[in-house]
Amino acid sequence: MIQEQWVKAIFVAIPLVLIGLRLIRLHWALRIPAAAACGFAVAVLLVAMLPTGILAYLVSFSIMAGIYAILSLGLNSQWGLTGHLNFGIAGFFAIGAFTSALFTMSMPTGLLANYAKQAFGLEMPFLVGVLAAAIVAGLVAFLIAIPVLKLREDYLAIATLGIAEVIRLAFQNERWLANGPQPLRGIPRPLSCLVEDPACAWLPDSLATWLTPLAQRDYIFPYLVIVAVFVAVIYVALERISRSPWGRALRAVREEEASAAMNGKNVASLRVQSFVVGGVIMGIAGALYGPYVISISYSHFRPLFATFLVWVMLMLGGSGNNRGAILGAFIIWGVWSGTAFLADAITPLLSLISDDFASRSPYLRWMLVAILLELIVLYRPKGLLQEQKVVSLFLPRELPKKVPRTKT
Amino acid sequence: MTQRQKMPSPPPRNDDEPEATGEILLGVRNLSKRFGGLQAIDRCSLEVRRGTITGLIGPNGAGKTTLFGAITGFHRPDSGRVVFKGENITALAPHEIFSKKLCRTFQIPREHKGLTVLENLMLVPPGQIGERFWNAWLRPGEVRRQERENRDKAREVLEFVSLSHLEQEYAANLSGGQKKLLELARTLMADPDLVLLDEPGAGVNRTLMKRLTENIQYLCRERGITFLLIEHDMDMVMSLCNPVIVMSEGRKLMEGPPDAVRSDPRVLEAYLGGQYAAAERQ
Repeated sequence: MIQEQWVKAIFVAIPLVLIGLRLIRLHWALRIPAAAACGFAVAVLLVAMLPTGILAYLVSFSIMAGIYAILSLGLNSQWGLTGHLNFGIAGFFAIGAFTSALFTMSMPTGLLANYAKQAFGLEMPFLVGVLAAAIVAGLVAFLIAIPVLKLREDYLAIATLGIAEVIRLAFQNERWLANGPQPLRGIPRPLSCLVEDPACAWLPDSLATWLTPLAQRDYIFPYLVIVAVFVAVIYVALERISRSPWGRALRAVREEEASAAMNGKNVASLRVQSFVVGGVIMGIAGALYGPYVISISYSHFRPLFATFLVWVMLMLGGSGNNRGAILGAFIIWGVWSGTAFLADAITPLLSLISDDFASRSPYLRWMLVAILLELIVLYRPKGLLQEQKVVSLFLPRELPKKVPRTKT
Repeated sequence: MTQRQKMPSPPPRNDDEPEATGEILLGVRNLSKRFGGLQAIDRCSLEVRRGTITGLIGPNGAGKTTLFGAITGFHRPDSGRVVFKGENITALAPHEIFSKKLCRTFQIPREHKGLTVLENLMLVPPGQIGERFWNAWLRPGEVRRQERENRDKAREVLEFVSLSHLEQEYAANLSGGQKKLLELARTLMADPDLVLLDEPGAGVNRTLMKRLTENIQYLCRERGITFLLIEHDMDMVMSLCNPVIVMSEGRKLMEGPPDAVRSDPRVLEAYLGGQYAAAERQ
């Protein structure tokens, strides 16, 4: 392996080590070295075996899947825990993306200022952008929650769908805000200096020379690490609160509101809390999406792309299970990306039937995903990973008692 | 609390009512609730005294369950007052009323189906700091300590209602009678002063019914919990409750010891309609 490959292998290894830490069930003293060893071994194998193009594709795939995993985790803390039928994911995603973009970008100057408009450009660091995205998305979720959470189920779904469209159309039409119908270009990428020349000023020289083989297009490798760390942190944070007395109270509200109220739970407040927590997480996903695609526009936040897919992910992975939310995101994003190849492959075949048909092949993807959703709902309504039986993680694990199992 | 002194003295009593004993724990004053054209509760007034197991009976549609709903904050009464421990609790939210240590169960058990029996109970205790989500991050030790306490308490309560063997079972998988026991168990987790039981015996077999009755008597005697219970099973009412309040058409019809209620012509009339009483008179 050449040096470039070693560098890439190290970047690829970090997400794999994080996965290993979750999957390997050993005492921490053994788990950390085991996860590190497995992660690095797999990363080295991947980098050495795969052609550069395919490796790069897999990394970009994982970045998008990771961003979807965050959306799916956000939806899980609304739908999975409390049963909010939120069909407005795209709205919070858009708010997060545009907010962090405006916080981190600089105002257009010179000639460009005639063509590109934006409300402000604060040139803040990336993490401040993420924080701002989280806060603004949370605030919007809170303001929406007050009137909308009086609704239940399908009425809530319609209301949130409408609100997400309002948000998208506002970004489309308000030119002063975020360049209106034109895309907002040039969102700064965090740590992009790692792959640039000259390298980041704060990097020690030895590290900088070690990183030199990376070209600009290899930025996806460090960005994969950033996304993976965000997924991991959000997963741990959510797992902690969703399997605490708070999560239990939310589940109680989901199952039987009147009874939860009679058990002294403030139902209205709990419902708002879970909606806001979900909104915050979706906003963070938006903040991670912007720097990855560099230019964002209103058209990225259509309900099909940013709401419908996320729902399929969570339904497949398993509502109420945070691990399921992440797993579902990767599988569905895999199916979605895979069907692109499929659509390409059958285009010549379709054009034999009619020219019209061939140009419509992309829509086949939606059909396939919709069929998949039907199959999930029919055959695997609880998803691949079911909700854990014991909610509380704050109790010492006990050996399961011998209890005669009754059939559900 | 000055409200206690201000509380209006109870209206003049009929001769057939028992001698007043004990402090008035719950007072309902002229409570009314209308659903559209239906006057579900019509200026209803009644009292529950501390330490009693008070029965609430009456024909279907007499407004018993609606009265429970109006007392516990599920229905906002149109007029009237509910006074609990000398404090006006009219139209407080259900969770606020719960915090005053007034609990209720439901006619049809409303267990949290997807939670285990144990966690159905661990849900209940008030003052869990882990119910603020940031405490799961910031004060995990304290949350852990409370969880252990609540689990031990839940196990004690499960022992008491003989559901221990089902503690890790989903509540949805329980039988109808076991769900009734779970409902009772849930109220015990809150250390209540007053429990409103809505038909605790409905759909419960004889053996279980006997256990339920014993449990209620034990709790009243040993833990000083006051009960107000709606029940259609007259055997249960007669053996368990004293006094018994009869409701009809949204009002209190009469109150008295079980024997007096059983033989009162007004009660028969309420249950069977006017013709029966008219036939009696002829």
